[in-house]
Amino acid sequence: MSGASLLKETGPREVFCGLTSIVWLHRRMPDAFFLVVGSRTCAHLIQSAAGVMIFAEPRFGTAILEERDLAGLADAHEELDRVVKNLLTRRPEIRTLFLVGSCPSEVIKIDLARAAERLNSQFNGKVTILNYSGSGIETTFTQGEDGALKAFVPLMPSSDKKQLLLVGTLANAVEDRLITIFKRLGIENVDSFPPRQSTELPSIGPETKVLLTQPYLTDTARVLKDRGAEILPAPFPLGVEGSRLWIEAAAKSFNVDQSLVTSTLEPLILRARKALKPYIEKLTGKKLFLLPESQLEIPLARFLHMECGMELLEIGTPYLNRDMMKPELDLLPDKTRIVEGQHVEKQLDRVRKNQPDLVVCGMGLANPLEAEGFSTKWSIEMVFSPIHGIDQASDLAELFSRPLHRHDLLNTKQLTST
Amino acid sequence: MELTLWTYEGPPHIGAMRIASSMKGVHYVLHAPQGDTYADLLFTMIERRGQRPPVTYTTFQARDLGGDTAELVKGHIREAVDRFKPEALLVGESCTAELIQDQPGSLAKGMGYEIPIISLELPAYSKKENWGAAETFYQLVRGLLKDSPKSESEHNPSKWKTEGRRPRVNLLGPSLLGFRCRDDVLEVQKILAHHGIDINVVAPLGAAPADIIRINEADANICLYPEIAESTCIWLERNFGHPYTKTIPIGVGATNDFLNEIHQLLGMELPKQEEEDGSQSRLTWYSKSVDSNYLTGKRVFIFGDGTHVLAASRIAHKELGFEVVGLGTYSREMARKVRDAAKELGLEALITNDYLAVEEAIKESAPELVLGTQMERHSAKRLGIPCAVISTPMHVQDVPARYSPQMGWEGANVIFDDWVHPLMMGLEEHLIGMFRHDFEFTDGHQSHLGHLGGHSTEKETKAPSFYQEKVQSSRPEHFPHWTPEGESELAKIPFFVRGKVRKNTEKYANQIGCKEIDGETLLDAKAHFNA
Repeated sequence: MSGASLLKETGPREVFCGLTSIVWLHRRMPDAFFLVVGSRTCAHLIQSAAGVMIFAEPRFGTAILEERDLAGLADAHEELDRVVKNLLTRRPEIRTLFLVGSCPSEVIKIDLARAAERLNSQFNGKVTILNYSGSGIETTFTQGEDGALKAFVPLMPSSDKKQLLLVGTLANAVEDRLITIFKRLGIENVDSFPPRQSTELPSIGPETKVLLTQPYLTDTARVLKDRGAEILPAPFPLGVEGSRLWIEAAAKSFNVDQSLVTSTLEPLILRARKALKPYIEKLTGKKLFLLPESQLEIPLARFLHMECGMELLEIGTPYLNRDMMKPELDLLPDKTRIVEGQHVEKQLDRVRKNQPDLVVCGMGLANPLEAEGFSTKWSIEMVFSPIHGIDQASDLAELFSRPLHRHDLLNTKQLTST
Repeated sequence: MELTLWTYEGPPHIGAMRIASSMKGVHYVLHAPQGDTYADLLFTMIERRGQRPPVTYTTFQARDLGGDTAELVKGHIREAVDRFKPEALLVGESCTAELIQDQPGSLAKGMGYEIPIISLELPAYSKKENWGAAETFYQLVRGLLKDSPKSESEHNPSKWKTEGRRPRVNLLGPSLLGFRCRDDVLEVQKILAHHGIDINVVAPLGAAPADIIRINEADANICLYPEIAESTCIWLERNFGHPYTKTIPIGVGATNDFLNEIHQLLGMELPKQEEEDGSQSRLTWYSKSVDSNYLTGKRVFIFGDGTHVLAASRIAHKELGFEVVGLGTYSREMARKVRDAAKELGLEALITNDYLAVEEAIKESAPELVLGTQMERHSAKRLGIPCAVISTPMHVQDVPARYSPQMGWEGANVIFDDWVHPLMMGLEEHLIGMFRHDFEFTDGHQSHLGHLGGHSTEKETKAPSFYQEKVQSSRPEHFPHWTPEGESELAKIPFFVRGKVRKNTEKYANQIGCKEIDGETLLDAKAHFNA
């Protein structure tokens, strides 16, 4: 491990809960539905996080607990059965239904695993009913995806086929591109998880090599390992270098000839570096402060430092899985300040004291920081944007240079007009 | 359990946050798990505020539940008071904290602070956002005024005359995340100033606890948003004898009535000419102008919060000459008033939380304009019907940069523009009517009605979505069938009435037991309904 300084902080936090993952998961698998068993707050949260109300019929909803549900648990189970039946009658196209646990459902101990089991036998294979927790008392923001994928793992068929499995939700175009590159390297059996249709689960077994595409899949990685799969240690595929090392980890494991790897990746790398150039000019030497939110903070900081020359003031992360992050931590410069957990007020004090040029933060904090004169970038944008892979490196850098560019644009205009 | 896809209102503690964030010098310690902090973005993103809401969340975790959560709450209260030095502290809990019963309000009160501490009990599993806001405002006002001398029998709203000063009133109810509150306050202030009435306190928006304490220095109260301020106004009336206005000045007629009411309350004479010309708003003339002829009898469907739908139905009916074909609200607290208003129009009010039920009702009543919330805007878009947004829940679109009140004279102007523009503008629609056989105006013509180009539900019914399947399957089996010739005749009808003609023709065919609709049936039906 590098000489990064690791600090733990506790206090008031300003981080989304795991329910928010539904916002991208429901788009990934159009035949799945996410039913939060929770409160009006949960419903309001997902609605607000989804931001614009653009969906005719969203593929998520909330079974809102009411006073009479709190009276007795048996009642709550009957109610849940009724809601699920109504929902499935209304939406016959649903193939997988996730019952998503929330803070209130966990505090009053509604056993969603048992509910899923019971409903599964009732629907007898027509719909698969799974459960996981997205509650704020158990999970942060992106951990919801970890929970959903983990719930899928027992359903994955076994296979002894030698194959590569990409784990974590990616934009379709990015995923296609990565698969194309692996095929050029002669790795033919490449599958991804979660699948684009919830019913088409990839297989898993002792000959499955797993590359994680997202850093927040700790539990999923563990249960995949339990099914015999091998998790290939690598940095995450963000930026040119991260993506190269990530692809090479697979290549090595599949015994791909190094010269083929070099000849395949070299042109992509050259092109990507060329595309990165204008953004590097913008970003280099600028001070970066990352507040904890998506778990992508460490790989992003690594890319922005290594390849774009940014100075790292602080990397906040909601929690740190040292094993999984080791390849990333190894690439960070000595004495990088990593803060696990959060005390949002103290952290904002440090932002003010350190005067970064760019702050990566959650949506609730962005405008107040802008009002104080800081340029900001929303963490949530990273989980929606196609940023993975060598070809996307310049797009990723652009996301961070845009706020700085905008800042300059508006300030220049103000100067000329006065 | 209630299945919700989209909701009109958040939980009650969001209402409390609206009050806290609207005010100065107030801090809210909210016992809530991680994730509930999402609420900050309602203020910083939707309202585009440059400050975080003054809220400290305890963000407890599962592992805290085994330990001493009460100590955790106290720690956060202590830190919040030290850091933010509020003049008054609100303490409450969100839905999950309610279940673990730490009673943070009592904990806070036991900590020996000098500042007023308002403990909020907002039952998250039975109440909603507006109720939470009203209750918070009421508790806050009550808490801050509890030591003020009560004088309900002595209060005389005309006392300003003998004291040789201008009358003064409080504006109660405007808050953040309320529909156009910021501009409504300015507009109402302007109108009152014009009539020589001073503003004592505006609350909660922009008020500090010190302002609340001098709330009873006013002669009367103006209840601008009953959803938020009615309970407070009633309490002030009972305890201090302050009368309050019941009319909400949205629309020309209501603004006039409002002025009448406040003049009467304060024992003032309303200037004569004001009463006669009735209006300083352009709405009246614009609505009378020949170009507005096309608005005659336009069928309009109204849904939103209580205050805005009541105002909208009056304006639509009395000031724009529309026909109201549907009226409803999600504000259960206002259900009775909305039911009464609907009854007067010969309608049954739709009181519901379910946006799909509203969408069904819109489809059923086949309006030409929908006045609703952002949810209805999306429903209307799917149905190809023009829509204007008149009510919360808030969307970034509802916080415009420009001055855009709903209340008063300028509010009436804004409403005229906002409602009429989504319909085609007068002359343009006349021309389309006159020249509808010209090739320019065939079905490909792009209108103002968005991507559907005014094709109404015709195209929509072909879309292979669940939503459409549901529509079709809900039709009874014996429903009359349109012959190709009937369909082609129907296609000649201008799109903006086509939906209505289709519906009427089917109704007529059903009545006379006709199974197939051709061109003749269509004409028969037209004659039947015109007769």
